[in-house]
Amino acid sequence: MLNDSAFKRLPSNAAETISFRVEGQVVTARAGESVAAAVLAAGLGPTRTTAVSTSPRAPYCMMGVCFECLMVIDGQANTQGCMIPVVEGMEVGFQHGARAVMEESV
Amino acid sequence: MSTVQYDLAVVGAGPAGMAAAIESAHRGLNVVVIDEQPRAGGQIYRQVGQPVLQDKRILGPEYYYGADLVAEFSAAKIEVLHSATVWEIGARHLCLSLEGSSRRISFSRLLLATGAQERPVPFPGWTTPGVMTCGAAQIMLKSSGLAPSEPLVIAGSGPLLLLIACQLQRAGVSIAAVLDTTPSRHYVEALRELPGALRGWRYLLKGCKLLMELRSAGVKRLSGVQQLRAEGGSDGKLARVRFRHKDREQTLACSTLLVHQGVVPNVQLTRSLGAEHRWDELQQCWHPCLDSGGETSVGGVFVAGDSAGIGGALVAELQGKLAAIEIASRLGDTGQQTQNTEAHDQDTQKLQQAIAQQLAIRPFLDRLYRPAAVFLRPADETLVCRCEEVTAGDIRSVAKNGCAGPNQAKAFSRAGMGPCQGRMCGLTVSQLMAEVHNAPVSEVGYYNIRSPIKPVTLGELASMEPELESELEPKLESEFVEQAKA
Amino acid sequence: MSVGANPGRYEAEVAVIGGGLVGLAVALGLQDQGLTVSIIDEGDIAIRASRGNFGLVWVQGKGDTCPAYARLSRLSARLWGPFAEQLTASTGVDVQLSQIGGLFICLTEQELEQRRLMLDAMRDEHNGDYPYEVLNHEQLKAKVPEIGPTVAGATWGPEDGHVNPLLLLRAMAQRFIANGGRLLTSGPVTRVEPQQGRFRVHCGDQQFEADKVVLAAGLGNRDLAPQLGLSAPVVPNRGQVLIAERVQHFLDYPTGHVRQTGEGTIQCGDSKEDVGLDSGTTTDVVATIARRAITMFPLLKKVRLIRSWGALRVMTPDGYPIYQQSQQYPGAFLVSCHSGVTLAAAHAGPIAEWIATGIADPSLSLEEFHAERFSL
Repeated sequence: MLNDSAFKRLPSNAAETISFRVEGQVVTARAGESVAAAVLAAGLGPTRTTAVSTSPRAPYCMMGVCFECLMVIDGQANTQGCMIPVVEGMEVGFQHGARAVMEESV
Repeated sequence: MSTVQYDLAVVGAGPAGMAAAIESAHRGLNVVVIDEQPRAGGQIYRQVGQPVLQDKRILGPEYYYGADLVAEFSAAKIEVLHSATVWEIGARHLCLSLEGSSRRISFSRLLLATGAQERPVPFPGWTTPGVMTCGAAQIMLKSSGLAPSEPLVIAGSGPLLLLIACQLQRAGVSIAAVLDTTPSRHYVEALRELPGALRGWRYLLKGCKLLMELRSAGVKRLSGVQQLRAEGGSDGKLARVRFRHKDREQTLACSTLLVHQGVVPNVQLTRSLGAEHRWDELQQCWHPCLDSGGETSVGGVFVAGDSAGIGGALVAELQGKLAAIEIASRLGDTGQQTQNTEAHDQDTQKLQQAIAQQLAIRPFLDRLYRPAAVFLRPADETLVCRCEEVTAGDIRSVAKNGCAGPNQAKAFSRAGMGPCQGRMCGLTVSQLMAEVHNAPVSEVGYYNIRSPIKPVTLGELASMEPELESELEPKLESEFVEQAKA
Repeated sequence: MSVGANPGRYEAEVAVIGGGLVGLAVALGLQDQGLTVSIIDEGDIAIRASRGNFGLVWVQGKGDTCPAYARLSRLSARLWGPFAEQLTASTGVDVQLSQIGGLFICLTEQELEQRRLMLDAMRDEHNGDYPYEVLNHEQLKAKVPEIGPTVAGATWGPEDGHVNPLLLLRAMAQRFIANGGRLLTSGPVTRVEPQQGRFRVHCGDQQFEADKVVLAAGLGNRDLAPQLGLSAPVVPNRGQVLIAERVQHFLDYPTGHVRQTGEGTIQCGDSKEDVGLDSGTTTDVVATIARRAITMFPLLKKVRLIRSWGALRVMTPDGYPIYQQSQQYPGAFLVSCHSGVTLAAAHAGPIAEWIATGIADPSLSLEEFHAERFSL
């Protein structure tokens, strides 16, 4: 599952491990970390394609400024992954182009 | 009634916001602090209340220093709203979104302490997945204990470049190269500011130590790098970085490229208020105009910390405290009147002296690390507005076809219309307009920024309770309206 | 600010004051009539109704108390297709014109009934030549399945449409410049001086001389008109507009309060407020607009607002345009309206012809649009 673009976990103080799904794939995360961080740790991406030209994008600033980390999080489209902490059982999808008006629950 | 009246609302729980809130609470003010993150600390002290990394040497003592401030903040008699996003501010009210619902709060005074953002670094390929800011890498270290994937290249200019390189190196990350884009002539130009630099010798020393640390770790560092470009592979992700060094074209394979060209004040909130701003030619960024107490041109609204002007975490803390003293004393007989004028002046003077001492190094750093021109006014092919995919060439073209400034350029090109609301492109668009019109950036101006300052759902807006009275802010009687009534 | 201009004197056959939707459309039409034109525009921070509007090319319901205005709107709508084609062909800019009909959605039966009565009366006024349909909820749902369950119905106007007003501005400016027109963003015009049959326009330290002058400065016309023996008693009327994020296409038809733009963004409006020159937004009105939008289209509940603004309509006392040549100073023309998008084609066509030749086609009934009517 880890591929060569995955961010590496450094020795860290203990924390709960959380399981959630990204594009249907099970991913583990550290309790308290953001969806974007967990997705990068899993080496998954590009995390969206643009509405204008379907160009691939991924998180850039990790602090809520750039809006590149837009993902579909528990049915809510265009949500900044860097601003949402991972929750057990969360469903995350990549934002492919313009959002649908209403999201189906995955 | 959904509104609660506070003496002071503080936006941002970084060092400035925390220090201001603590000081205000001491002086008996009823304070509320609103912050987007789940925990206090801002960006610089992110997660320091519950640090993630086991090895404390990676981030260094300056990070862990913040723990005391966070602890004091958590213990103080302050109402704090975490994970709350402010999307509108007025002089006496703000609207925020928390847990999927929006509400309005009102207050007598407002302190904006929203810190800095990384200066956007437009260059060919900067939107490629895998290109991130040095600040992003620091956030991931602090909040998640994550290090970038390798091969890793770090490129840019500024103190943070050295710092993150050292931090990652300490963490055992292998860095393929540090590409320093600082133009070599800046080293000479910065000598002009040597007196200030010498007053800030501690910072100079720190910088030298970081350089030596990198050198003895054997990290390859190239200076005077130009023509930076990032390229993706067939999977859409970053594959390599190209650049020019000493007249030779070079390529380095990498899966992460960390870029940095300094940080700039986050002026989104002050802009949305219509506060006056000035352009700083040396720092190539906008600042809100502030009086000596930190008050903007909008009465009752103060700014402290990096969003007032880049000064770093220690300065932010001092400014936060100073702002709180000013706010408390100007509030006068609401809240506790604790200070006599002499003591007040002594306190503020000491703080201002400490701030001045900390800021002595800045002109030197500003000259040395001023971004190379190509990052301020990129080549035509470079994407400037990431959200709407507008290139520098597009902006130059609309500038030549009837657009006098950034707001018309926005209307004609869509730059600035995406969800980031100009945070990534605003600085560059103003620069390009200035270039085409051969005018100073200060004259060209900036986007009109309006609510919502962060996107908020129509459903949340629709569910907001209406105010029982209309907005209490006084409306100016325009001469125009008077004539209409005649 | 005098970005992009040099101090000095300029000459042209026509000086158009105001480079918004009205000024640009008129200027293009004048160029088509063979005249050389300079536009003097205030610049980037001007109060610009042109940048703030809804983009509707709208016919239904307009001119219910002024048949000449109803006819003018319909004429302009018919001219819009060729106008857009010409713009796209000459500039490569697609202004995203769509004229497949529009809906005025009525939330309550009472609103629907009131509107039916108004449109019935208009049909009578125009001897049956006034196309519209009244749709009940079921009929509306057949056209727009996403309509909210509490919506009473809508009135359908087959001649209604919408366009991208910003691309329209961009295309018009580009064509104007390509045709040799001079577009000067020199700042506000302070004075227009009639000078022995010609006109001298003062703008900062610059002067422009022309044989004819057209006042197309929106709210700025108010102060300029009296200098030329004209009257423009216009006041600002604010409409707040919301733009929400791009969404996959679902709404084909523009409606009076919600439309999906060519980019896919969702535009919601509006309001009618008397607040002077305040182009800001207010939380309560924004919330009301949002509430109306999701009543009409509940599926928009989770869609995010990205931008909002207040635009200042240029309102005459009766809301109808002013088209008038100065009697005291022939060659000075006043053009004022609050539907600069709908009327753009007419402005670039018959209105420009009137300005160029001094003679208006009788079918336009331009005498109905003189400012004297306000003092009657």
